[in-house]
Amino acid sequence: MTALDTATPPLSGRPLAGSPRSGPSLARIALVGNPNCGKTALFNALTGSRQKVANYPGVTVERKLGSLVTPAGRRVQVLDLPGTYSLRARSPDEAITRDVVLGRQVGEDAPDAIVCVADATNLRQVLRLVLELKQVGRPMILAVNMFDIARHRGLEIDLEALARALGIPVVASVAVRKGGTVELMRRIDALAEAMPASVETGSITTGDWTEPAADEVRQAHREADRILDLVVRTSGRPAIWTTRLDRVLLHPVAGIVILLVVLFLMFQAVFTWATPAMDVIKDGFAWLSAMVNESLPPGMLRSLIADGIIAGVGSVLVFLPQILILFLFIILLEDFGYMARAAFLMDRLMGGAGLHGRAFIPLLSSFACAIPGVMATRVIENRHDRLTTILVAPLMTCSARIPVYTLIISAFVPHATVAGVIDLQGLVMFGLYATGIVSALAVALVLKRVFWRGAVEPFLLELPNYKLPDPKNVLLGVLERARIFLRRAGTIILAMMILIWFLSSVPGAPDGATDPAINYSIAGRVGHAMAPLLEPIGFNWQISIALVPGLAAREVAVAALGTVYAVSAGDDEALRSTLATTLAAHWSLPTACALLAWYIFAPQCASTLGVVRRETNSLRWPLFLFAYMIALAYLAAFATFHITTALGL
Amino acid sequence: MPFESAALSVASSRTSASLGTRAKGFRGRIVRVGGPDLRGLPVGDGVELERRLLEIGFIENALVEIVHEGLIGRDPIAIRVNETTVALRRREANAILVEPVG
Repeated sequence: MTALDTATPPLSGRPLAGSPRSGPSLARIALVGNPNCGKTALFNALTGSRQKVANYPGVTVERKLGSLVTPAGRRVQVLDLPGTYSLRARSPDEAITRDVVLGRQVGEDAPDAIVCVADATNLRQVLRLVLELKQVGRPMILAVNMFDIARHRGLEIDLEALARALGIPVVASVAVRKGGTVELMRRIDALAEAMPASVETGSITTGDWTEPAADEVRQAHREADRILDLVVRTSGRPAIWTTRLDRVLLHPVAGIVILLVVLFLMFQAVFTWATPAMDVIKDGFAWLSAMVNESLPPGMLRSLIADGIIAGVGSVLVFLPQILILFLFIILLEDFGYMARAAFLMDRLMGGAGLHGRAFIPLLSSFACAIPGVMATRVIENRHDRLTTILVAPLMTCSARIPVYTLIISAFVPHATVAGVIDLQGLVMFGLYATGIVSALAVALVLKRVFWRGAVEPFLLELPNYKLPDPKNVLLGVLERARIFLRRAGTIILAMMILIWFLSSVPGAPDGATDPAINYSIAGRVGHAMAPLLEPIGFNWQISIALVPGLAAREVAVAALGTVYAVSAGDDEALRSTLATTLAAHWSLPTACALLAWYIFAPQCASTLGVVRRETNSLRWPLFLFAYMIALAYLAAFATFHITTALGL
Repeated sequence: MPFESAALSVASSRTSASLGTRAKGFRGRIVRVGGPDLRGLPVGDGVELERRLLEIGFIENALVEIVHEGLIGRDPIAIRVNETTVALRRREANAILVEPVG
């Protein structure tokens, strides 16, 4: 008896789902396989740069669609489905694979054929999946990938015997080598020819697939073993290099040391090495702005182009160096096979803090900037852990907060030493950093308890054999991330930047005005209107106004304060020191402390919201992020203001 | 007396025990995956865990070896089963009953 999961009723002999169409019978194939079988490399080899990445509706699972052209000139769409061990879904990713294969995925045409991708060195594991897929009844080809590695290890597989035993065509493939997919493409052509010339929906019926119960999985094991015995002529040598490397990389002490070095290098790369490129981009766009300012007559149009559009586009592109570097690291480590080892080593450390082992990388990157950090949360497979990490990453003290902190610290914290050794200003900065980290951990714990009721996921992770990363695949992966950022997040960020420019510049200052122009703009009115709300936390109307353009990015607050206080200077440094003097004269210490506390928590970054929107594929989470951070910011500023006032500082 | 204790020690070395209680370097054969008396897990979770273990490659009669363990609390452990290496927490590994081999 099979245990039927009520959420997935069985389809017996029902026609294929999908919109009615008649056309070429082999229009779309789906790639299915275990994780770590080189499926992505195969997808890249088949489709090259003809790929489009989007999201499946309503979920954060990425949809990868490409197209290939067969030797006979057929154009076929290829859908790369998330890796899985069985059609029984344990996660949202695997649910997509199951639903697309069964033709149940909303808004998705069912695939006309399935290419099952296998790791030649671990046929045993994928054979169970192949047997399950056969139950579904779609035309299928088995591509035994990484065949070169198998041959190198002396593993000999009789592909014809395998084809006979399974009843489906079987080909060898080497996705990373030129010409390694020729056999597969020929097979796809052969399959297309064997299918009827055109298809009306309903002519192909799916077989019976139900969720296998434990004993059915055992049966599949036995069947897979039987087939394996038939087709493997020699089993070859074990993976010696993997064993040797793991002796060091998974050594309880050496392993952790190496991991810390790797993480430190990654952090340095994102924090420091990206800076020259970022400066080039910033300077480039500043120059472009200046050119426009010189060539066009003053007015709204010039301001829109120079300060709105150009500055907006610049503010999106400036994130690219960090994203490219971070993902270069991540993809190299993932393809090499090290990420799984890192998760193994970090599990106990992170578990104690209530976070997932793989959260270490995105959170560390968020010290540089939360934008690549939030994007990096995709290394966390578990949906709840990923969301939690996305929601707390912005609390890590990012580098954009530093200009604000530095401004206020240099204006209000005296050059003193504590205990004669520790510099007071440095200590305050450290305190701000520490508060950011502690608050991130605290919020993570609360989120887990409130939202996911502290459910514990079993830690079941395969440690794949080490592989030399293929440069082409790594490059494609990195460029894909950049493309996704620019298209999905970039458009939102640019829109918000232009909106903020609009609020800060319209309407312009009337003739003969004495106050800075920003006072007359919508932002100015909003700032003045908000001032009574911010009074209890010690903010004056100048701060209220500066916070509105400050929504664009945290460091913008410094320039915004300069504008409001009508302080202008040649460069950032000069601006800061002049502004510091002005603020020291105008603000009280409690107000300054309250603003510091505000900045630890406040969501003064439109780009973060844009990228969270993209990564969560919903509006709910960026809105929730904004709401809880503003609430925390207000409470923290309130408490700080009143406590420092009461202490008579 | 020596004969008796020798017999006893042979018997205990052939006793099945949970994989989660074994040390690094242990080599054995799987006696049972999952089952009715999984300690500390609610029934539903036990059924789910058994299925996941079977899906990722643990199966009765397969040979296993514990190849690595973590630094803190000797957790998690990495187990080689057939051609796959899987990382598990000891708590979950307790769902697998093994007997030593060789």
